[in-house]
Amino acid sequence: MNIIVCISNVPDTTTRIKYKPGNKDVDYTGVQWIINPWDELALTRAIELKEAGTVKKITVITVAKADAEPTIRKALASGADEAIRVDASPVDAWNTALNLAEALKNEQFDLVICGVESSDYNNWSVGGMLAEMLRIPSVSAVTSLQIENSKPIITREVDGGRQQVSIKLPGLLIVQKGIAIVPRIPSMRGIMSARTKPLKVVTGVSGESLIEIVDYEAPPQKSSCKIIDSENLEMLAELLHTEARVI
Amino acid sequence: MNFEFTGEQLMIQQAARDYAQRELIQDVIERDTHSIYPERHVKALAELGFMGMMVSPEYDGSGMDTVSYVLAMEELSKVDASTSVIMSVNNSLVCYGIEEFGTAEQKEKYLRPLARGEKMGAFLLSEPEAGSDATSQKTTAEDKGDYYLLNGTKNWITNGNTAKTYLVIAQTHPEKGHRGINVLLVDRNSPGISVGPHEDKMGMRSSDTHSVMFTDVIVPKENRIGEDGFGFKFAMKTLEGGRIGIAAQALGLASGALERSVKYALERKTFGKEIAKHQAIAFKLAEMAVKVENARHLCLKAAWLKDQGKPYGYASAMAKYYAAETAMEVTTQAVQIHGGYGYVKEYHVERMMRDAKLTQIYEGTSEIQQIVISRELLHLH
Ligand SMILES: Cc1cc2nc3c(=O)[nH]c(=O)nc-3n(C[C@H](O)[C@H](O)[C@H](O)COP(=O)(O)OP(=O)(O)OC[C@H]3O[C@@H](n4cnc5c(N)ncnc54)[C@H](O)[C@@H]3O)c2cc1C
Repeated sequence: MNIIVCISNVPDTTTRIKYKPGNKDVDYTGVQWIINPWDELALTRAIELKEAGTVKKITVITVAKADAEPTIRKALASGADEAIRVDASPVDAWNTALNLAEALKNEQFDLVICGVESSDYNNWSVGGMLAEMLRIPSVSAVTSLQIENSKPIITREVDGGRQQVSIKLPGLLIVQKGIAIVPRIPSMRGIMSARTKPLKVVTGVSGESLIEIVDYEAPPQKSSCKIIDSENLEMLAELLHTEARVI
Repeated sequence: MNFEFTGEQLMIQQAARDYAQRELIQDVIERDTHSIYPERHVKALAELGFMGMMVSPEYDGSGMDTVSYVLAMEELSKVDASTSVIMSVNNSLVCYGIEEFGTAEQKEKYLRPLARGEKMGAFLLSEPEAGSDATSQKTTAEDKGDYYLLNGTKNWITNGNTAKTYLVIAQTHPEKGHRGINVLLVDRNSPGISVGPHEDKMGMRSSDTHSVMFTDVIVPKENRIGEDGFGFKFAMKTLEGGRIGIAAQALGLASGALERSVKYALERKTFGKEIAKHQAIAFKLAEMAVKVENARHLCLKAAWLKDQGKPYGYASAMAKYYAAETAMEVTTQAVQIHGGYGYVKEYHVERMMRDAKLTQIYEGTSEIQQIVISRELLHLH
């Protein structure tokens, strides 16, 4: 089975986000870039399946300019076999999906895996759009993937429980937390072999954004936490009443 | 002049950071408290390739440069210096010594498993009465024709109990002084070796420190590294590189303590504002940051010189000296910035302060580094 994992190059999740004047754009100076955590879990699961012998080849694909190459190399170092970079600046979810779809039309694959969202723009859109553009079935909210007799066994989360589904191949999975537990740390052997693994660059389709960002607003600062001695329940009740006003 | 790291160096730094922040952190306090050897971590780090980082892939190492090694040591030491000293001894003393000076057969037999991290190595130089003055070796390796007979006691040996391969420094020709010293590869399981109890230490408590006694231990002649009498030179050459490892460890303790202090100072409020906004604390942090950055530059410069094949003994002594002093100072200030919270285990900085103390002592005390530096400076050889 050949798997494509879509990865997004995002700011480290501990980044203190600043905006450019006018609040329409994020100021990326000094930002550390990482593989989107959900995509990293998707990739980790693909690597686990490859190690178990049920997956033959893992290709990672990203829509980004050349400055995302360290992130792509990290994916290769972690265990992906090949990489494709679609040379374009993704302007919104639709445009990202379009670029991915165009590039994937020329590829042989059985499964495409997308993380549920990217940790920067949190659109929750690319996976679903991509499946529609490729005209292949998709399953969302996937929390577990096994492969038996070349068929994926998929568990997805539904309200209050779990559902097991199968899917016609080629298909697309939108995965979330649980798909893998601990993201793979690349070994030095992996880092060395990433030097020579193929990284194909394909031209992207440019496109207008269907969405305009009007304004960014930082979340309000979290108010500080008050710690009350576990013996002092009276005080707790008092504060819940007078300060928090919840009782 | 170029201050940029390569993509690979950054990847190694990130891998070490991820491992430290996700895994080492989980049980570091418990291992320190109860002096528990980090077996699981040593195995995991070996699988990732950290235990033979700089050994050539020809001998199952990772083939990385010394700059990458400094980056990895710093990241791991930010969280757990006990685990990083195990890595440092195996890499820069044992693997380096065998790869640089050993024969092809010695490398085949001993280096491969050490580089893969399946076995750990130990470096046995210090004795109860030979620390800074390493020339006064009392351990003897008597030449018996086709083997050496080893007798004596080594002290303070990191990996002393867990190591499977010992590099033992011992005197063969006492009349020749330090020119009579040899270095031997010794199997830990050879008859006649006994290991003393685990030392109950102030810091680095999760590392495994023991004395090791040799009584009529037979060591085949082919286990000697280099010519007859090469042992002291071997030890000095190897320690020159080893100091880069310990310097980077000290750097990690300092930079880790600084990171914790910055975070804490932005959270903790007194007199109506974050303590970071009291100038006394802000200036302390500035001072710490400058020292950490200086230490980092010295470490990287020494590593770079080594990677370029240039002499690096002077630079590594400076790096070790400055980084160790900085580690002690910065971790002490970190405890101060944390106030009472800094004095309890939960906030990590008290452990870092205890760990930092050792960096001023082992692999050549700060005073010994000053001797090395001043001799070079004054052309007194
Ligand atoms: C936890 C731990 C792990 C260790 N691991 C290893 C290991 O794996 N392998 C190994 O071989 N050794 C190891 N050591 C030993 C360490 O390298 C020695 O402790 C160190 O070299 C100092 O030697 P000493 O303890 O005998 O002190 P001494 O040499 O007795 O020094 C005492 C004091 O005198 C100072 N001093 C000595 N000579 C001079 C001088 N000429 N001028 C000015 N000041 C001087 C020293 O700087 C020091 O302050 C370890 C030690 C510890 C504590």
